[in-house]
Amino acid sequence: MKALVIAQLTFREGLRKKLVLGVVLLSLIFAALYVWGFHLFVQDWRAMEARRQAQGATTMLPYEVFASAMVLLGLWTVNFLAGVMTIFAAVGTIASEIEQGTLHGIVPKPIRRWEIVLGKWLGYAGMLAIYIGVMVAIVTTTAHFIGDYRPPNILQAYGLILLVALMLLSLTMLGSTLFSTVANGVIVFMLYGMAITGGLVEQIGTALDNDVLVRIGVIVSILVPSDSMWRLASYLVQPRIAVNFLGPNPFGTTVPPSSLAVWYSIGYMVVLLLLAMARFQRRDL
Amino acid sequence: MTSGTTPHRSGWAIETHGLRKVFGDRVAVADLSLTVGYGEVFGFLGPNGAGKTTAVKMLVGLIRPTAGSGLVLGRPLGDHRARRQIGYLPELFRFHDWLTGEELLDLHGQLYGLSRAERRRRIPEVLELVGLTEAARRRVRTYSKGMQQRIGIAQALLGSPRLVILDEPTSALDPLGRRDVRDLIRRLRDDGVTVFLNSHLLSEVEAICDRIAIVNRGRVIALGPMSSLLAGELVVEFRLGALPDGTLAALERVIQIDAVQHGERPVLVARAADEAAVAQAVDLLVRAGVPVYGVIPERRSLEDLFVQLVNEERSEPR
Repeated sequence: MKALVIAQLTFREGLRKKLVLGVVLLSLIFAALYVWGFHLFVQDWRAMEARRQAQGATTMLPYEVFASAMVLLGLWTVNFLAGVMTIFAAVGTIASEIEQGTLHGIVPKPIRRWEIVLGKWLGYAGMLAIYIGVMVAIVTTTAHFIGDYRPPNILQAYGLILLVALMLLSLTMLGSTLFSTVANGVIVFMLYGMAITGGLVEQIGTALDNDVLVRIGVIVSILVPSDSMWRLASYLVQPRIAVNFLGPNPFGTTVPPSSLAVWYSIGYMVVLLLLAMARFQRRDL
Repeated sequence: MTSGTTPHRSGWAIETHGLRKVFGDRVAVADLSLTVGYGEVFGFLGPNGAGKTTAVKMLVGLIRPTAGSGLVLGRPLGDHRARRQIGYLPELFRFHDWLTGEELLDLHGQLYGLSRAERRRRIPEVLELVGLTEAARRRVRTYSKGMQQRIGIAQALLGSPRLVILDEPTSALDPLGRRDVRDLIRRLRDDGVTVFLNSHLLSEVEAICDRIAIVNRGRVIALGPMSSLLAGELVVEFRLGALPDGTLAALERVIQIDAVQHGERPVLVARAADEAAVAQAVDLLVRAGVPVYGVIPERRSLEDLFVQLVNEERSEPR
């Protein structure tokens, strides 16, 4: 299928562009800081435990609550960086290539226009799957080897973080068929920010038992379900004791979204991609 | 091709009926109807802003017409199955310049659906054809403008197309490069390939095209074989000896005299309806005893025709 030619091109372009180099460098810095931070946390914990035992006091909370919080912070960062990377990488994928004229040599070839959009989506999706996979692996192996801690449901968490990125990818690509690169960047970033804020509002609503705030959060997560999928990932990747201890918080939730929400998010990703294909099909270049 | 309908080969390579494209309230192409025969080198001319590039973009499916219809290689505009046999060089193009020339052609070969073996055979061929064999492994970004135009022509020829649409193919080339492209187009014609050439280099079009269309304000104002469009009135310069009185008046009955340069050896510039009229005029002069030192026909150039037609249009109210 011709879409795979475009997917391969998109993937290779990503590798050769400085963007990916920058992301890799920053991710290495993240990994180093994360390993170091986890190491400091484990040291502190052990020192504290030793003091407690010397004083004869009992342990207040199990180690895994804190180790899990470290993993949660690491994954939240991965989730956030993946979202930013998705938007930056794909923001001009159609718009700027129309502006530059690179699509003028591609579209008149014997390839259907929707295959071009699908191919680009697949190319970015492949890149994101690898990037998020590597970052999640950094977090879990750090937890494993430095902290001797294994978070539960890590594969599901990986899948959900990837789903967040792919939803944003569909959204960004749809925007790129509609708006100029700059306008699209502004719009998608505002929506992404709104989703994060909406998630926070919902957590505050839960903590204060305020229905209106919760409802605002739900409405935002229907508009852009990226944050709700992250919260499901966070819920799954923590042991229950840690979820209960943390309560409603900026990085997690005590009320996980249902499986319906997961299907909604998958549908969101697919429908927005289809809309991008349909829009590009009719667009004058 | 698996489809049961095969393009009607005896028809036209390109055929459009009343193509129209409106952007907002700007009419880019008003009403474009033209035909291009198989195996022709067709020149598409017009002043800047006449809607040439918009028209070409409709032919290759980059832009949807607001109204009208057309067939390219027997298939409706934008039909992706016809595109296997169309090579297109866009006017304002930029390729993925982080690829090497060879990689770029490999990509376009894949888009044409060429197998690995076909690509391995065809890519060195087209590189040779446009003179880029040496630069094949360099990134396109490092190419000069002329080289980029050559690689653009190479990708258009990659799929051994039956129809090649070139939008300003020589704008970045030096005179030698232009001659190379002219030779290339002639070679394509010899191979039976139809070439649609959009250019505003009139001398170039005049040198290679069989038929032309001149467009202005999004309409075809002249269409036909180059020879018949350039035919018509003859302009002839007569170099003569002393003119007896009344000769000019007699001549006026046969040809139309535009200018007379009197003197010992007068020079007349006159317009004749055809060559027979010129012969008649010479006969008349000889019989009147006027020495005829020279009869020099001035060839009407494509540029004259172009300027005349476009100016006629300009003087008409919009």
